[in-house]
Formats: sequence, C-alpha cells, structure tokens
Amino acid sequence: MAMTVHCDIVSAEEEIFSGLIEFVSVTGSLGDLGVYPGHAPLLSELKPGPVELRKQGGEQEIFYVSGGFIEVQPHKVSVLADVALRAGDINEAAAEEAKKHAEHVMADKSTELDYSRATAQLAEAAAQLRTIQQIRKKMGK
Amino acid sequence: MAAGKEIKTQISSIQGTRKITSAMEMVAASKMRKAQDRMQESRPYARNIRSVIQHLAKSNPEYKHLYLQQREVKRVGFIVVATDRGLCGGLNINAFKAAIAKMQEFKNQNVEMDICAMGSKSVSFFKTYGGNVTAAKSGLGDKPEIAELIGTVKVMLDAYDEGKLDMLFVVSNEFVNTMTQQPQVEQILPLKAEDDDDRLNHHWDYIYEPDARELLNGLLVRYIESLVYQAVVENNACEQAARMLAMKNATDNAGDLIDELQMVYNKARQAAITQEISEIVSGAAAV
Repeated sequence: MAMTVHCDIVSAEEEIFSGLIEFVSVTGSLGDLGVYPGHAPLLSELKPGPVELRKQGGEQEIFYVSGGFIEVQPHKVSVLADVALRAGDINEAAAEEAKKHAEHVMADKSTELDYSRATAQLAEAAAQLRTIQQIRKKMGK
Repeated sequence: MAAGKEIKTQISSIQGTRKITSAMEMVAASKMRKAQDRMQESRPYARNIRSVIQHLAKSNPEYKHLYLQQREVKRVGFIVVATDRGLCGGLNINAFKAAIAKMQEFKNQNVEMDICAMGSKSVSFFKTYGGNVTAAKSGLGDKPEIAELIGTVKVMLDAYDEGKLDMLFVVSNEFVNTMTQQPQVEQILPLKAEDDDDRLNHHWDYIYEPDARELLNGLLVRYIESLVYQAVVENNACEQAARMLAMKNATDNAGDLIDELQMVYNKARQAAITQEISEIVSGAAAV
C-alpha cells in the first residue's frame, strides 16, 4: 500500500478536508509544489489556485484556495487557506464574470486607485477557472 | 384589606418581570446556538494554525522573528475581552478577576501594563478600575468580523513591534459547556512552545518560500488575529450561555417569589374574613 500522510485543509470559516493522503499539490508563491509523505519541513505562502489531493486508495479530489499558507512536516500537511472551496462549489459563470470585470477595471486607466485590488481579483478569478479546467481534464481522461 | 391590595400590585409587578426574563432567556438560547456554531466553525483553523506555530516555536530558524524572541519583561499588554451588554451573571466579573490577579503578579515585579479593552463592559470596567487603556473597542455585536478586530489588535502588535511591550496576554472566557464558562488568561506573545512532540526534538528548520522574514510576518500576524477572533467568538458564545442561565434563574426566582407572596396574600385575606365573621357574630350576640 502506498505511503500516506495526514492532511488538514482549513479555512477561517470551516474545515474542508481532514484525512490521509498519498499526494498533494498546491500553488505556492514561487510555483507549484508537489508533496509526498515524508517531505522535508516546509513553510510556504499560497497563491490563489487549485489544491489537488490523492486520497488514500487513489481517489482524486480538487479544492480551490484563495491564498494562505501551507505547512509541511514529514508526518503532517496543513493548508491554512484564507478562503477554501470544494471545486464543485465554484461558480464558473461568476468566475468568468469576475475575471472580465477585473480586466475591464485594469484596462480603464481612469480608475487607477483600485489597480492592485483588480489584479488580486483577476488572479483569483483566473485561478478559479484554472481549477475548473483541471477538473474537466481529469474527468475527460 | 389595605395590605392585600399592596401585595396584589407587587405580585403583578413581579409577574411582569418574569415575563421579561423568560423572554430574554429564550432569546439568549437561540442566540447561543448561533454563537456556538460560529465558534465551532472557526475552531479547526485556530487549532491548525496553533499547531503550525507550535512547530515553528520548536524549530531552529535561521531568522528569529520578533515574536519568537523572549525579552526582558518591562511592560506587558493585556487584551481583555468582555461582553457588550450586562445581565449575564458573573461572566465578566470572573474574567476581570482573572485579569487582575495576573496583573497583580506583574505589578509586584514592578512591571508596567497597557490594556486593550474589547467589549463595552471591559471598557467601562477599566475606566473605573484604572490602568493604562491604550486601545478600546466596543459594540462587537453578535457577529464579530475579523476586519473589525484587526485595528484594535494592531495597536498592541505595533507597540510590541516597537519594543514598548514585552509580553501580550489575552483574557477571555472559555466555553466549556452551556453551564460552565471558564475565564482564561493566555499568553500570545512571545510564542511559547508547549507541544511535546518527540518527533520535533532535534535540530531542524523549515524550507521557507519565498523567504523567512516575509512569510513569518504574514503567518504570525494571521495567527494572532485568528487567536483574538477565536477569543471574541468564544466569549460571545459564553455571553449568551451565561445570560440564558442567569435569566433562567431570574425567572425561577420570580416564580418562587410570586408563590410566596400569593401565600401571604391568601393568609391576609383569610384573616380579614375570619375577623369580619367574628365581628358579625359577636355583634349579633350582643343584640
């Protein structure tokens, strides 16, 4: 049987996942990270993006987090998300809308004040869409 | 029958009070359920971030963050969380007592103190008790938002960053169950390692991404915020539970009082009737 490690995914509002996993991949601030059991201790910031789990037994699950932190210990992985969603709960239309809106605000030079916020919104919306696409790809396989 | 009428008015006034207290009990009971849910929802995050911070405190980092360093204690900060409204039994007083006991310890060592009061009861208490209140926040409401608390907490954190404070405590009530609330004084800064996990008792450090300073800054501030938020949410659940209990007692007591007064009234009425009869009888005998 494959090696497993305990993983908790929590957001400020709720506990999203807690259980044994074989593998997890997250979007770190310096790029994607893949974590197998027995990984060296690591602390990283997270960017908005998908969190992909392979649970004990090989079942896949995908979540979306809007940023936060990940702590890796050889025996435990904790994802402290700002906002976490089950991928199924993401509203694709709303994400698309948010992306368009953010792009529009960024294109509009007159509202320079909200530039950083718009960038953050755009990154989030894009990450949500990326998560959905990733699921589609998995389903298609 | 003059006394009888007075007793009657007293009874009806107590009945009015009983109606109010029993209504308040029911309101508190329904609010408590919601407050408890909120408390439960934010607990996993608080628990997890706490365990991460515990690990961090046991590591041997290349970069020692300010929050991890023990300093000589010259001035300490207290964040005292209390309720906004009264009528909740001894809840606030118990927390204040715990806070004052801890403050006295520091006072004996000639350590000075800053107080951050949260909740209007806390604000008004420290206004009369004295103490250097540097930050105050009241009107937290039933649904405290993290964003609302951050500003107040930041005053204390800034003071800590500047070296004005060397220790920071949070005083609040712990929700044990509906009947029991326990005041607790928790040290939040500098971080203490409590975890006895043997797997971590060797020399090790994290791999940091992007870099230790930036990461720890974000993480530790998040941790403190989550801790204070948890304390406020938990205190809110305690408030509702304590109020429910206090109002239940008040309702029961009002009931007892009414029974007693009713008895006195009946006796007075009966005595009056008996007297009247004996007057009539003796009057008739005289004729």
